[in-house]
Amino acid sequence: MPIVRVENLVRYYGQLRALDGVSFSMEKGEIIGVLGLNGAGKTTCLRILAGLLTPTAGVAEVGGKDVLDDPIGVRSLVGFLPEEPPLYLDMTVEAFLRHAGQLKGMSRADVNARIPEVCERTGLDPVTRRRIIGELSHGYRKRVGIAQAILHKPALVILDEPISGLDPAQIVEMRRTVRALRDEHSVMVSSHILTEISQTCDRILVIHDGRLVAEGAEEALVGGVGNRMLLTVRGEAAKLEALLSERKEIKSHSMESVEGDIVTALLTLEQGADESVRTGSKGSEGSGESAVERIVEALVASGLGVRRLAEAQGELEKVFLGITGTPSRDDVGVMESAAASETGPEVDDGSNEPKSEEVA
Amino acid sequence: MERTFRGALLVARRDLSAYVNSIWGWIIVAAVLFLNGLMFNAFAMGDVPRYSHEVLEQFFFFSSGTTMIAAVFLTMRLIAEERQTGTDVLLEGAPLPDGAIVAGKYLSAMAFLTLLILLSLYMPALIFVNGKVGIPHIFAGYVGLLALGSAVVAIGTFGSSLARSQVVAAVVAGAIVVGLLICWLLARVTGPPFSEVLAYMSLFDRHFRPFMQGRVQTEALVYYGSLTFLFLYATTRVLTWRRWR
Repeated sequence: MPIVRVENLVRYYGQLRALDGVSFSMEKGEIIGVLGLNGAGKTTCLRILAGLLTPTAGVAEVGGKDVLDDPIGVRSLVGFLPEEPPLYLDMTVEAFLRHAGQLKGMSRADVNARIPEVCERTGLDPVTRRRIIGELSHGYRKRVGIAQAILHKPALVILDEPISGLDPAQIVEMRRTVRALRDEHSVMVSSHILTEISQTCDRILVIHDGRLVAEGAEEALVGGVGNRMLLTVRGEAAKLEALLSERKEIKSHSMESVEGDIVTALLTLEQGADESVRTGSKGSEGSGESAVERIVEALVASGLGVRRLAEAQGELEKVFLGITGTPSRDDVGVMESAAASETGPEVDDGSNEPKSEEVA
Repeated sequence: MERTFRGALLVARRDLSAYVNSIWGWIIVAAVLFLNGLMFNAFAMGDVPRYSHEVLEQFFFFSSGTTMIAAVFLTMRLIAEERQTGTDVLLEGAPLPDGAIVAGKYLSAMAFLTLLILLSLYMPALIFVNGKVGIPHIFAGYVGLLALGSAVVAIGTFGSSLARSQVVAAVVAGAIVVGLLICWLLARVTGPPFSEVLAYMSLFDRHFRPFMQGRVQTEALVYYGSLTFLFLYATTRVLTWRRWR
């Protein structure tokens, strides 16, 4: 039995359809990432599963319990951490956890036995445990938030934007903490940063405009969109346009810029056509000539000087925008800068920079 | 049922400790006791010779006013503050019925208000020592203050559930209290059956005066009890409605 079952979930806020027929399921021990732009509907979906909101239509079950038929039963199976941790700032960490545990139905003795365990898992040392929450940094408050969410050993832990507002070191620590949760819980993590989700989760759900527009592992999602390459040549734009239109390996292309006789185009290759590049190999696996080689040969043969052919590899945010059908370049910029600023240098896997593979 | 009761006590304990540990709760206590003392000296004692029971009646008269004001100020933060700070998620995400949350909130405010009311006991004690009043009169007056306080705490809790802003919550609760207070005025300018209904709805005039005079009336207790239940039930419905909104 799946730990989470969601079928045709619909949620209205007044006239606004925040969720529009979302369906998915989740197995025990999985870590699922819920990805979407701000306002896409991911928090609404998570809040329904946490028993904080009721759906307008559809089914949402946690551990076989329906959120409408048995909301209290559902809430006892879920630990929820919203974007801003729900903390009483005037309490000490220990007193707060004791209160939260008892609110979740634990006996005082059980809570007292469990507190050192969850504090250790979330990196709250004995000194911190005795401190007033209001005196703690944002990162520590998030840890306390996670500690309260896992205190009663819920089957499902829901973390809404757990890395928002954290510094790079705290993000690395948070990832480690989230991954470690899978030993005891199934975990749902939401974020609007694809790189973050891809590093933590087994599976990704992409929600856009209230609909589930893609679902699967990162590799599958990237493959589904096709691989993008940035081509810069010296020559006539019209000539390049004509050549690119003829090539069967190229699914689509667009002219990015023309500066004098330097032309840049963005190519989307047919799925599987560029396997050697996608996997980062140099085509040495020996399955014959790769699509990239054929394209370059054709370019050179037509008299165009190939300056650069770089894989737009790892531009996960662009992939996300491709999936959701929001191709605005401004949006790409916004997402990339958001990802860069939130992940910071320590956690940046380099995916924001096109990985260049000079072929000419 | 046990879970509801246990949950309500947990919420009440947390909120009561917030009152005790915050300066705000004590500012209200100090202000109310100061006002009570001032009015006790200025009006109840006064220069004109009076019977002790009249002085005690006067004391309960103005104490009812300060009790209502204190109840509105104490309750305005109850739910509105949780929403402001985001801690409502902790309560509403806990496996507790909404009624337990509301009951806990009410109990905490009621406990603190009871403490505040009892701290004013020294004034009737002064009349008791220096004059001739019966303990039943004092007892009846305090039962009245607690019953009135209970109704206004429930109204305040309801107001607090409607708004994210504590000021708005206080204004809503204050408006309801004033509305119920002036019912007796409206009763005078309308004819039956409205005048009867309005007179019965009056928060102070018809129901509190007997307590002031040392009489505990069942009708008045039923009225204040009903008002308390009605507004706490409405608060529970508001919390449930917010999940559906």
